[in-house]
Amino acid sequence: MTSTSDPSTTGSALVKRGLADMLRGGVIMDVVNPEQAKIAEDAGAVAVMALERVPSDIRRDGGVARMSDPQMIQEIQAMVTIPVMAKARIGHFAEAQILQSLDVDYIDESEVLTPADEENHIDKWSFTVPFVCGATNLGEALRRIGEGACLIRSKGEAGTGNVVEAVRHLRTINAQMRRLHSADASEIFSLAKDLQAPLALVQEVAATGKLPVPLFCAGGISTPADASLVLQLGAEAVFVGSGIFKSEDPVRMANAIVEATTHFRDAAVVAKVSTGLGAAMAGAETSSLEVRLAERGW
Amino acid sequence: MSEHGQMLSDVGADVVLVRSVEQLTGLDGLVLPGGESTAIAHLLETSGLRPAIDRSIADGLSVFGTCAGLILLSSKILDGRSDQWSFSALPVSVRRNGYGRQIASFETTVAVQGVGEVPGVFIRAPKIEAWSQEIEVLAEHDHGDGEHPVLVRYENVWGCSFHPELTGDRRVHGLFVDSL
Repeated sequence: MTSTSDPSTTGSALVKRGLADMLRGGVIMDVVNPEQAKIAEDAGAVAVMALERVPSDIRRDGGVARMSDPQMIQEIQAMVTIPVMAKARIGHFAEAQILQSLDVDYIDESEVLTPADEENHIDKWSFTVPFVCGATNLGEALRRIGEGACLIRSKGEAGTGNVVEAVRHLRTINAQMRRLHSADASEIFSLAKDLQAPLALVQEVAATGKLPVPLFCAGGISTPADASLVLQLGAEAVFVGSGIFKSEDPVRMANAIVEATTHFRDAAVVAKVSTGLGAAMAGAETSSLEVRLAERGW
Repeated sequence: MSEHGQMLSDVGADVVLVRSVEQLTGLDGLVLPGGESTAIAHLLETSGLRPAIDRSIADGLSVFGTCAGLILLSSKILDGRSDQWSFSALPVSVRRNGYGRQIASFETTVAVQGVGEVPGVFIRAPKIEAWSQEIEVLAEHDHGDGEHPVLVRYENVWGCSFHPELTGDRRVHGLFVDSL
């Protein structure tokens, strides 16, 4: 029998990215109370995002959107056994410190909340808990990874029920990665300048053709077909915000989106789960929006 | 899942990513990967794989459960959902998130019998808290509360608390594939 007394390391890049790896192929659902969290877990969600208002309500209410009440986060942690994520404002490292002290499993430094710092994002390397950040293009994704993000989600336009921005951002990130991957070594420096991203990360993407962390999709996914679409466009998992609990039948919608995510290439399965699903959330056309959340973050 | 596939193929196995019952036919071994055990259990139910895998294990199919996969194979789950089921193929009691939530997730070195030291990445890992004397303990780890098995084998069923697929070290996969 062998044993080891080696000291163990917490908060390493491998450990932080490891949890994101485990979420791949799954659905992460926004929930605003323990009952919704239970519905999400029952439907097979791989994690929940605990927040006070889903993005469509934040959009409707206006005002400053902040980190959720710790009590509400703790009630959700007590209800489910799957990972619980929570959102901090961009640059608001004190909110992130609070969320870390609550033992949340992932922090989303999110443009859905009102930014607290218009120049600096949180120094995510200084935390043990891992961070996910949104991005609309490859440069933004690599800047966030440079700051210590362990998971990137394409931003989309949260709270709209309209998948068009999610598609735009995913396609942009993928196209920029293909461009880098096919570039000559001497072109990388200039491309890094254009992307405004750390050279070492740009070189890594050029060599591997993919991000050094998993790439998920968020913002506007509201049907099983939307999930199938973004997964076929290269997303490795989906965040669904308002799309589930603003639909006519949240239990069925939650189950349907999970199943469509698992079998995203099997149109017959996606057709089956889409049948008789009731109304998806009411959507909003991008050009009619007063606030474009995706423009927050830099 | 894809990391397991890469590792298994690197050690010489032909790999199938099983999504349906038909794909179980003709397999020599099956890996139940990490992830969230409740989500995986849900998918095993909706795909009809649960009874099929149950039968295959009873018929002697070699199965290797890592992290959430270990939970799904264990005979008793502590701190699970009240309605959480398992294949009950490995006589161990496993506590979900027994090593803590994500903030307590860690990496260390684990000494595996017949292999040597391998990197062990524990992500919200399940802890084997009680085990039958009939199981073979291939590796243990002391996380400040005494030695607990982290890699075990019982006849055709293997279980592992950590994630051997997340590092470049293929030897644990090699051990399983060599046994087939």
